[in-house]
Amino acid sequence: MIPAQFDYVKPGSLDEAVRALADGGEDAKVIAGGQSMLPLLRLRLAYPSLLVDIGGIDELRGVTDAGDSLLIGARTTHYQVVHDPLIAEHCGLLAQAAGTVADPAVRHRGTLGGSLAHADPAGDLPAVVLALEATMIARGADGDREIPAAEFFVDYLTSSLAPGEILTGVRVPKLGSDWGYRYEKFHRTAQAWAIVGVAALARRSNGHVAEARIALTNMGAVPVRASAVEAVAAGAAASRDALHAAAAGAADGTEPPADLHGAPDYRRHLARVLTGRALAAAAGA
Amino acid sequence: MTATTEAPAAETGAPRLRKEDARLVTGQTTWTDNLVLPGMLHMAFVRSPFAHARITSVDLSAAKAMPGVIAAFSGADFGDEQGSLPCAWPVTPDIVIPHHPPMATEEVRYVGEAVAVVIARDRYTAADAVGSVDVSYDPLEPVLDIRTALDEGSPKVHEAGNKSYEWPFGNGDIDAAFAGAPVVIERNYRQQRLIPCAMEPRAVVASWVGDEVTLWSATQIPHVLRFALSAFFGIPEQNIRVIAPDVGGGFGSKLQVCAEEVLALLIARKLGRPVKWTESRSEGNMTVHHGRDQWQRISIAADSDGRLRGLKVDLLADMGAYLMLVTPGVPLLGAFMYPGIYKMDAYSFRCTGVFSTKMPTDAYRGAGRPEATFAIERIMDELAAELGMDPLEIRERNWIKHEEFPYTTVTGALTYDSGNYEAATARAKELFGYDALRAEQAERNARGDSVRLGLGVSTFTEMCGLAPSRVLGSLAYGAGGWEHASIRMLPTGKVEVVTGSSAHGQGHETAWSQIVADELGVPFDDIRVLHGDTQVSPKGMDTYGSRSLAVGGMALVGACDKVVAKAKVIASAMLEAPPESVEFSGGKFRAGGGGQEVAIQDVALATFAAHNLPDGVEPSLDSDCTYDPDNFSFPHGTHLCAVEVDTETGMVKIRSYVAVDDIGKVVNPLIVEGQVHGGIAQGIAQALYEEAVYDDAGNLLTTTLADYLVPSAADLPSYVTDRTESPAANRLGVKGVGEAGTIASTPAVVNAIIDALRPLGIRDITMPCTPERVWRAIETARAGAATSGTSNSDGGAA
Repeated sequence: MIPAQFDYVKPGSLDEAVRALADGGEDAKVIAGGQSMLPLLRLRLAYPSLLVDIGGIDELRGVTDAGDSLLIGARTTHYQVVHDPLIAEHCGLLAQAAGTVADPAVRHRGTLGGSLAHADPAGDLPAVVLALEATMIARGADGDREIPAAEFFVDYLTSSLAPGEILTGVRVPKLGSDWGYRYEKFHRTAQAWAIVGVAALARRSNGHVAEARIALTNMGAVPVRASAVEAVAAGAAASRDALHAAAAGAADGTEPPADLHGAPDYRRHLARVLTGRALAAAAGA
Repeated sequence: MTATTEAPAAETGAPRLRKEDARLVTGQTTWTDNLVLPGMLHMAFVRSPFAHARITSVDLSAAKAMPGVIAAFSGADFGDEQGSLPCAWPVTPDIVIPHHPPMATEEVRYVGEAVAVVIARDRYTAADAVGSVDVSYDPLEPVLDIRTALDEGSPKVHEAGNKSYEWPFGNGDIDAAFAGAPVVIERNYRQQRLIPCAMEPRAVVASWVGDEVTLWSATQIPHVLRFALSAFFGIPEQNIRVIAPDVGGGFGSKLQVCAEEVLALLIARKLGRPVKWTESRSEGNMTVHHGRDQWQRISIAADSDGRLRGLKVDLLADMGAYLMLVTPGVPLLGAFMYPGIYKMDAYSFRCTGVFSTKMPTDAYRGAGRPEATFAIERIMDELAAELGMDPLEIRERNWIKHEEFPYTTVTGALTYDSGNYEAATARAKELFGYDALRAEQAERNARGDSVRLGLGVSTFTEMCGLAPSRVLGSLAYGAGGWEHASIRMLPTGKVEVVTGSSAHGQGHETAWSQIVADELGVPFDDIRVLHGDTQVSPKGMDTYGSRSLAVGGMALVGACDKVVAKAKVIASAMLEAPPESVEFSGGKFRAGGGGQEVAIQDVALATFAAHNLPDGVEPSLDSDCTYDPDNFSFPHGTHLCAVEVDTETGMVKIRSYVAVDDIGKVVNPLIVEGQVHGGIAQGIAQALYEEAVYDDAGNLLTTTLADYLVPSAADLPSYVTDRTESPAANRLGVKGVGEAGTIASTPAVVNAIIDALRPLGIRDITMPCTPERVWRAIETARAGAATSGTSNSDGGAA
C-alpha cells in the first residue's frame, strides 16, 4: 500500500482519542480495524491529515448485558460478533449477518463500529442495526450522544456523527424468543458486497406474523426500511405464499444504484424476491 | 561395494509434498519486490487517462522540484533509445505491426499507457510526484468495438488502419461438406476479455555495473527476455543477466517483454543507480496484458444421424492497441483445436486480428485453446439439441476411437499420439451419476421447479507441450520450442539439476527431483533444482503452454542418460569389467552376472578424485541436453458439471463437478491435482465471474478486485477428480496439465446452464453468466413465449 502522507496517533484511552481527533481538525479520521479505511488510502480516495487509531482502546471492545438491551463496543470484531453467546441469544440477526461480511481475514480485523461509521449502504450491518432498531452511542468533546439507527445513516458514506465524534458502541434491544430472523445476502462471490441484502425480523404468534421489520442493503444511498412490506406482513399468515405476496412492495420508494453487478430494475426485482424469502425464513414459514 | 538386489522405491508417481512450498508459504523467499540494493531508487508511472489522445505537452518541472524526486522523464526524453517493444510472432507476411515505444511519445492508445515516469528516493514520494506531472492531451475518438472497427469511417487506432492481419486456414472440401447437409447450425459466441490476476504483481529491479546489467523481474521468461533485450534494445547479450526469483504466478501474463522492464534498464543506466518498480493491483489490471477477447462465428454441418461433415470458424480477435510478444499468435494456437476430438470431412478457419484502443491482449492460460474448445463443445450441444440426442451420444458418434490413434485430424496438420475418450467418458459418467441426474432433471422440469437442474458436458482435448521448433517455424514464430537441462554430479554424490524451464509456482523443484531420483537412483533429498537465473541456467525457453514436463522433463531425462553413460565407463573400470557387461539400475552399476556393484555416488567421488580414470576419459559426469519435441502433447478428458439455476434470481450454483483427465503418466499426483483444481477454477471464473469491462469512453471499470470478481474457494464446488492414462509417445509418457482444467471447464459450466434453461427456450447466455444476465435471459424468453409462443431466444446480451 502506497498511500499519501498522513500523521498517525494511537491513543491509550477514549478521552485521549477524542482530544486527538478534535485537535486534528476536519481532515482527521478514525481508524479501527482498517477494513474500510485502508482500501480508501490504498486507492488514494482518502487523504486524511491525521489517523487516530482507536485500536488500542480496550474499553471499546466486548459485549455487555444491559438488562433489556446489549451494549456492544464499537471495536468488537465481526468474528467476535459472530461467536458471542449474548448476541446469539438476544439478537441473532446481527451474528448471522456479520458472518456474511467479506472473508475470515476481514472478519477478524473489521469491527462493528467501523462498519457502521463508514455508512456504506452496500455494507451488511447498517441495514441490520436499522432493522434491530439499535442506538448508536457517540463520544465527542461534549460527552456522549445517543443516535437512533434510523437517524444515523444520512447519505452515501455519510453518518450523522459530527466531526470530532467517535462511535463508541451500539445499544441493541433484546428480542424475545418469539422473534425469528434472517439476513438474505445476494452477492456474486463470497467476498463481494451485497448486490441486495434483506434483513428481516418477524414476531410470530398463533400461526401469523404479529410484527415484522425489514431493512434493505444497497437499495439506496442509505439502508432503508421496507415499511410497505412491514405493514402488509403484520397480521399475515406465516406461510410462504402469504409472505412472498407481502413482499411485493419491497422495492417501493427505493432508489437502487446501477453498477457492474446489477441495474436498478434487477435490484428492485431481487429486493422483492429476497424479502419474501427472508420474511418467510424469519417467520419459520 | 556390497551386493544388494534392493532397488529404491520409484519416486515418479509418488504424491511428494512440494520442496519449494515451505519457503513460499512462509514468505521465507525473495520476491522481486523484497530486493533492496544500495542506492536503489523507485519508479512510478504517469499513465494516460484517455483511451485515445494526442499528447500535446508533458510538464515535469513541478514533479522534479519535489523533495526526494531524483528525476522525471517523458517519452520524448528517451528518443530512439527506447526502441519498440517486440512482437515475436508475425503470423502473416503482410501483418501490420505498429511501432510500440515503451513510453508513449506522441499519441496514447489505451487507458494506462505510460506517458511519463518519476524516480524518487522512496516509493511514497514517487507516487506523490505522479500527481504533480502535468500532461496535456488532445482527445481522439476511441475504437472500442472491433466488430465495427473495420468499417469505412471508423476512427483509426494507427495510421495504417485497424486491421492487423487475416489468417486463413483450411483442409478438405468445405463447400461439399456444407452443400446439401441435412443439418447446418451457426452460432455466435463471445470470448470476453479477461485479466490474468497473478497473485504476485509485476515487479522489476535493474542495476548496472559498468556495461553489465542485472535485471530482476517477476517474469515467466528470463531466457526469452534476455534474448529480447539484446536483440531489440541493443544491449550485448553477454552483458545481460536476467534473474526471475521466486515468481508468484503468471498464467501467461508474465510471458511478456514489458515496457516497464525496458524502461527500468534505460533509467538505471541514465541515472547510474539501481531502480525498482512494483505495480499496484489496479495498475496491473489496466496494464498487464489481457486475455481472450474474441468474437467467434462457428458453423457446423452434420448428417441427420449426427455424423459431422464440416466445421467453419470465423474469428475476430481484439489485439488491443499494439502487438505484444505473441499477441497475434494466440488465436492461432486455437486454430487447430476447433475440431476437438471429432472426426469430420472438412474444416475451414479464418482469423482477423483487429486493433482497438484497449490494453493489448496476449497469452492467458490456455491461449487460444479455451476459446476453441468452448466453441466446439457448445455447438456440439446445440447439434445434440437440434437432433434430439443426448450430448454424450452425439460426441460418441463423432469422436476418434481409441484404436484409431495415432490419428491425423481434419486439420491435416496435427497427429494426436494417444487418447481414450471412451474410457475417460465412461469413468466420468459413473462418478457423476449421469443417468440419475438426468432422471432428477426430468422430474424437476415436469413439476416446474423454480430451481432448474442442468448437466454440462465437455469432452476436450488440447495441444500443449509447446512445441516442435519446425512447427513453430512454419507458423512464423520467432523462436524454437526446445528446452534445456543440465545435470551436475557433485563429488559427494549429490546432484544439482539446472533447468531452463523457469517455474513460477508449478513445483518443478519437486517433480524434477522425482524424475532425476529415478533416472540416477539417488535419493530425492540429495537433489537440488536450480532455475530462473540466466547466469545459473544460461539456456532455456522458459515456462508456458504446459511445456515444462513434456519438453523440459524430456531434456532432463536426456541429460541423465548422458550422466549414466559417462559414469558407466568409469564404473566399469572400477568394477574391472568391460563396459558392455555393466548394467545400471537403482543407482548401482553391476558387472554382468550379479557380481560386484558400485553406487553412482562412489563413481562421482572417483571421478572427482580422477586418480584412476581410464585413458582419455575426462574427469566429469556433468552433462547437458537440449530436447526438441517431435510433436505437441494432447491431454484430454471428460468434465461433467451439474448446476442449479434459480430462475427467480438468475443465480447459478455448481452442484457437482467431475473431472476425469488423461494426461498420460503422472510424475506427482499432488501437483497434478493442484493444476487441475486451479485450472478448473480459472475456467469456471470465465464462465461465471470474470470480465474486463471498458466503458463507452474506453475507461477500464474493473480496476480492483471488488469489480473484477475472481472467485475464491468459498465460491467453488469440491471437485471429484480422477484420471485415465493413455501414455504419450514420449519416453516419460507424459502430457501437459497446466492448462487442461481451464480449457475444459468453461464449456462444461455454460453447457450446464443452457441445459437447465433450454426448456424455457434459451440457447445461449453471454459470458460471464452473471445472475443478472441469466435472469434477463429468462425474462426475455418468458416474455417471448408469452407474446409469440415461439421458443428460441439468444437472451443475455450484455
